[in-house]
Amino acid sequence: MTLITTLARLEAVSTGRAQPLTTVRHRHLTDHPLVLVPLTTAGEAGAPLGALVGTDRDAPRLLVVPQPRDRDLRFAFLTELADIVLPYIDAYADDVEAAERNETDPETGKRVKVEVELCADAPQLIVPGRAGIELVRLLGRSMRFRRTAEQDPETPYPAPPRVPLLGRWLTHYGERARVPGSSLLTALTDALSRHWATGQSSLEDQHLGALLAWIDPPRGESGAEAALRAELERDAQGQLVCPPAGPATDPAFDNKLLAPAIERYDRARTAFAAAEDGVEADDRLGELTAAERQIHELVASRTRPTWDAVWHGLDLLRTLPEGPRAADRWTRDRWSFTGHRDRVLAGEPPQPRRDDAVTAANKLATREREQARLEAQEALDDPLVMAGRRLGGEAFAGEVIDVVMAYSEGKRAAPRPLVTVRTDDRPHLGERAKVYRSLGGKPQSAEFVGYEADGSAGVSDNGGVLVVLRILDKMGRGKEPEPGSVPEKGEPLCFTLFEHEQRGGAKLPEPEDTPWTHGGPPGETEAAPPPDAVTPEDVL
Amino acid sequence: MTTVFDPGAEAARATDAILRDTLHGAHRGVVVDSPPGAGKSTLVVRAALELAQAGRPLMVIAQTNAQVDDLVVRLAEKNPELPVGRLHSSDSDPYDKALDELPNVRKSAKAGDLAGLDVVISTAAKWAHVKGVEPWRHAIVDEAYQMRSDALLAVAGLFERALFVGDPGQLDPFAIVGSEQWAGLSYDPSASAVTTLLAHNPELPQHRLPVSWRLPASAAPLVSAAFYPFTPFRSGTGHGDRRLAFAVPSDGSAPDRVIDEAAESGWGLLELPARHTPRTDPEAVRALALVVRRLLDRGGAATSERSPDAAPLTADRIAVGTAHRDQAAAVRAALAELGVPEVTVDTANRLQGREFDVTVVLHPLSGRPDATAFHLETGRLCVLASRHRHACIVVCRAGVTDLLDDHPSTEPVQLGVTVKFPDGWEANHAVFSHLSEHRVVWES
Repeated sequence: MTLITTLARLEAVSTGRAQPLTTVRHRHLTDHPLVLVPLTTAGEAGAPLGALVGTDRDAPRLLVVPQPRDRDLRFAFLTELADIVLPYIDAYADDVEAAERNETDPETGKRVKVEVELCADAPQLIVPGRAGIELVRLLGRSMRFRRTAEQDPETPYPAPPRVPLLGRWLTHYGERARVPGSSLLTALTDALSRHWATGQSSLEDQHLGALLAWIDPPRGESGAEAALRAELERDAQGQLVCPPAGPATDPAFDNKLLAPAIERYDRARTAFAAAEDGVEADDRLGELTAAERQIHELVASRTRPTWDAVWHGLDLLRTLPEGPRAADRWTRDRWSFTGHRDRVLAGEPPQPRRDDAVTAANKLATREREQARLEAQEALDDPLVMAGRRLGGEAFAGEVIDVVMAYSEGKRAAPRPLVTVRTDDRPHLGERAKVYRSLGGKPQSAEFVGYEADGSAGVSDNGGVLVVLRILDKMGRGKEPEPGSVPEKGEPLCFTLFEHEQRGGAKLPEPEDTPWTHGGPPGETEAAPPPDAVTPEDVL
Repeated sequence: MTTVFDPGAEAARATDAILRDTLHGAHRGVVVDSPPGAGKSTLVVRAALELAQAGRPLMVIAQTNAQVDDLVVRLAEKNPELPVGRLHSSDSDPYDKALDELPNVRKSAKAGDLAGLDVVISTAAKWAHVKGVEPWRHAIVDEAYQMRSDALLAVAGLFERALFVGDPGQLDPFAIVGSEQWAGLSYDPSASAVTTLLAHNPELPQHRLPVSWRLPASAAPLVSAAFYPFTPFRSGTGHGDRRLAFAVPSDGSAPDRVIDEAAESGWGLLELPARHTPRTDPEAVRALALVVRRLLDRGGAATSERSPDAAPLTADRIAVGTAHRDQAAAVRAALAELGVPEVTVDTANRLQGREFDVTVVLHPLSGRPDATAFHLETGRLCVLASRHRHACIVVCRAGVTDLLDDHPSTEPVQLGVTVKFPDGWEANHAVFSHLSEHRVVWES
């Protein structure tokens, strides 16, 4: 935790309200995100109990699995989910704009520009918390290798037609969520705690109700009190007033309400199946429907508060103007979406169970680059974030108090002006450290020459330091620097010790050229990997 | 009959075996584990020269530009005639200016310009950009335990066989984003290059250098037991071989007493009163700076096996080690205030591979309310406790052992990942129980 975050948290404790960490919104929000509030059943990994899902805050669709261990009911749930999510995704897939991409020409080996399609916008999925992202991944993993009856007539438990496709999309979204700065699949608690510091630990911040209580406490109540209430308050029946945002449910709910309801449903179902004539069946169907409706009401009662909280959180985020560079990162998300759309259209097999060595290394390199990019862009977009970097010695702001023209040695003398900046910050400048400032959106680099003894230049006895820098680039080709490219006396500037833009890494070998140190090329991958073997647990 | 341990002969035997496997072995790779100061660089230089003499073109992969420049200079010292290529980046000032003095060292940013030279040296990052060249028959990978698996993946296509040299006890490579997704895979890109190499090629011969020439007899047993419990090593010198003496007697202050304790025993612990502090604990930083100031003021002289005469303990023979960069910056500022600008002050990551007469270390757990995996990491403490030829002085707040007891390691266990021994918790306890025998308490 950086010093400035610690300060903000202390301030939140003393004022009883969350404190802003940013002045702008660093995560893109689309106009019509799809919100998904899923619940799972205790005791079985990733068995869905139900979900509220939709793009309209006033009309969510409620999906329920009345007996979560029943595979047919689970497939019915997944089919319904696919019928909501896939049309939402498809709606974005066709709206494209022309874009250019650099590709290596297979014949000449040169980098050439290729005209390609880029989706004009991308579908955005919002879940309440990180556990929701994990569930999206798990659902994707459990669905994408399933075979439909059409794909494989022999398969004993064919999946409904669109379920494997939903699995591939959820897998893509779950994987993309691991890329720093990506917003395709966003956990609301992460987005909120990026923008506000509460007076509780970051672990506690993952409780959506408590987090919102700190950011927007009810009138007359402190954030700490409201958060405690959100976490602990129970009604007369012993149920949490603010149910957990899921996917896991509260054990008291499971034991006292859900288990008896499911039991009633099971009994009704058995009785219905055993009915001997039509009149009896009609009666028992009535009982079955009532039992099912009861479970629907229970699931709705636990998801609806979270659903409303998610939209409330989105409203709070939308009060902040979007940071200029967040759009740049969203464009990367659109590329990611377009890329997967193309892979699906091209009939490629689902994502493999495990990455091969080259894919894993490429993913890690991309994510490290995106992490560095995110940190730099957030600081450049936001003076409050930059203040944190300045406090940490990674940037400094100050006023130019002197500019001396100087030239490089060598055949062609190029301008290398010396700029003296007075700053109250304490940057960790090493010998000949490179520093950068933003000049018309592009980074201009300079080199740290040294500190000028305080006061010797006739300025500042008030504790500031005088930093002498040599400007290195972005001054044009001529002997005289282009106008506006050299800082002027009196100009306020902010230099960073970190780079503003990330260089692309070296290209890794193709997977089929994996070297002997990494086990050689991966074996022939089957066109479509087989689904997981069916185990006794699958047919309980 | 008792056999007398002859460090020189032991080390020579190990080196011969390594060179035999490298030059004449049937395997594509040879791995050499080297404890701190065991002559790793000497081995790399010697192997490079022998391979070059055998007429086998060689590429050398190091991790940082400083390491590359250092290797070039050492090679040129040993054999000024040898044609060496220094492949460098296209940034400004890509290499040490000292290389310009060496007539047989050719420098270029393009691998094509250096084709045909006996030895070509560069960093892993630069090698990764080299494409479309004939693979080298041989490579030496230096600091292979600090190289990430994905970095090896990028360069492994450039050579047919390789000698991997490194210190398994130092800091593991790290990634700035989570990589749990790949934990347990044999080619986990965030693991060390050697881990991946051996996972796929378990039959490769593995050697070990048995003698540390840097660490004094007072330090080698502790460092060996705490950080290399299953692969012990010895010091190359005996107890009487090295001496640290001061012309100015102690003034009785805590810094002077801890200096005397460390000069006498090789270790000193300057213990400040227990307190939770920010990372840049002003009192601890001040204490570090004072110790350094007194080390210089008291006219230290270091006697060692290198020369019969005592060498003065100058600022360039002293280093201060910390865990975090802001701590290093704070110590630098405090030293500048005391008028000591030339002493090296850096983090464990940046002190790796370096050597000094005396080190002054801010304990990674000093003043902390918690013991995180970062602060417990075995390699961090190992680097800080193994940079010195004579003495190591640790500055720390009281209460670290309680802190350790309150924070047992709780890292999740990942399937398929080899558990590393010793864990940081164990190593910290081992070091601390030894240090507490050399404790000097700071009275404020």
